[in-house]
Amino acid sequence: MSSSFLQHLVNGISLGSLYALVAIGYTMVYGILRLINFAHGDIFMMGTYFAFFGIMTFHLPWPLAFIVAIIATALLGMLIERAAYKPLRDAPKNSLLISAIGVSFLLENLAIYVFSGKPKAFPNIPLFADTLGVAGVKIQFISFFIPTVTLIFLAILLYVINHTKLGMAMRAVSKDYETAMVMGIDTNRIISITFVIGSTLAAVGAIMWGIRYTQIQPMMGVMPGLKCFVAAVVGGIGNIKGAVVGGFILGLGEVLLIAALPNMTGYRDAFAFILLILILLFRPTGILGEKITEKV
Amino acid sequence: MLKIENLTVSYGGIEALKGIDLEVPEGSIVTLIGANGAGKSTTLRTIMGLVKCKSGKITYKGEDITGAPSPSIVAKGITLVPEGRRVFPDLTVLENLKIGAYLRNDHAQIKKDLEWVYELFPRLKERSWQLAGTLSGGEQQMLAVGRALMSRPKIMMMDEPSLGLAPLIVKSIFSIIQEINKNGVTILLIEQNANMALRIADWGYVLETGKIVLAGKGQDLLQNEDVKSAYLGKKKEKKD
Repeated sequence: MSSSFLQHLVNGISLGSLYALVAIGYTMVYGILRLINFAHGDIFMMGTYFAFFGIMTFHLPWPLAFIVAIIATALLGMLIERAAYKPLRDAPKNSLLISAIGVSFLLENLAIYVFSGKPKAFPNIPLFADTLGVAGVKIQFISFFIPTVTLIFLAILLYVINHTKLGMAMRAVSKDYETAMVMGIDTNRIISITFVIGSTLAAVGAIMWGIRYTQIQPMMGVMPGLKCFVAAVVGGIGNIKGAVVGGFILGLGEVLLIAALPNMTGYRDAFAFILLILILLFRPTGILGEKITEKV
Repeated sequence: MLKIENLTVSYGGIEALKGIDLEVPEGSIVTLIGANGAGKSTTLRTIMGLVKCKSGKITYKGEDITGAPSPSIVAKGITLVPEGRRVFPDLTVLENLKIGAYLRNDHAQIKKDLEWVYELFPRLKERSWQLAGTLSGGEQQMLAVGRALMSRPKIMMMDEPSLGLAPLIVKSIFSIIQEINKNGVTILLIEQNANMALRIADWGYVLETGKIVLAGKGQDLLQNEDVKSAYLGKKKEKKD
């Protein structure tokens, strides 16, 4: 009983870590552009494919393939912002949202067309498949690797945001775009960097997702994307720590709920959306969210 | 130093500026007074590169800066203390001041300028670790001025620094504006508080619905009957 609980706990933490990594991208872009970047889940999907092709087609050693995939995904995120969002800087927010949905469909269909809709098996990397015995439970190495990597990236991110000039500029732009410009901040550059950071974290999450769940396909970004958006809202959209908290609540909640009520497995995905409805009803600003003061 | 020629700006068909001419000589305090909606803020925002003009020319030290992006304007030594202060509420007082020096890399000089700002506004030093959003209105105005000074401006434009502040604080802000000017910073000041502004200004312009209707020395405008009745709240004396 307790050993299977430990197993579920480990699974929940690693799923929560993956949600957290992707949710940060939603929350950062929202913070700076007030845009829910619906293409973010598909950027995540592209990340796994880049890693897949790096290993399978270009025969790169896996660490190199992962680094190349992360860089490619970051560039893709930046490119999407330049092409689909930057021209709409002065347009109404709804146009931006529609553009994001368009990019999402474009990436999904492009992936089906180019990579084929058939699921592919993510290459098996022996190191991560090794199991470790903890308190009588065999746990895959990847389950320890995911939270560790997440914590490292989170620490770096929080350091950059709170203690560097770049981070200060990012906070300034997200709070008051125009005054940031008056300070001499190149706001377009800051927005580009925000997309690079968000996409980098999505790629890191995507690669670990590929290793953990092994099957990849063009629509794989849709459900995690939606859930991570929910995680960002639950934590308080615009707040990075909130996105992490939301990610863990969602990941742990989902896994532990199924573990406690095995015949509810079919409702696994519903959990996230029920949580979303509850949060929107009772605490619309999210757990760590601040009061929203719309600028007039 | 700063020269505006025949500047026209319109927002979706409505002309906010209908061809204004204005000059700010180096070392001076120039004020632009006028009622709400006269186009005062628009003038400053256009100089700053936040609003695109329809026609006209803005030159700074002989160089055409019309339509240049804001960061390059700031880099040239022009800064704006925006209307309503617009400090970054989630950043500390110190961070707000540091962000004023965003484009600079001369760390030793930045440190000296920070000391100077703290000397001008000792209150900011006491509160350097506080979030700017927790400051009072007067303190936020001081912070907005200090933040602008951190960019080492040659010309500082101020948009209604007296707005919503108690008379005593307004007085101290204006005396600090004069002190900053004595330190070699040229000032372009926008005010509804015409009385205060004209008193410290070398030169004043009166803006009415997008046009400059009057210009003259600060002291002369203070005595001008039209200015008196329209902006200083004094009735025209009847001449018998």
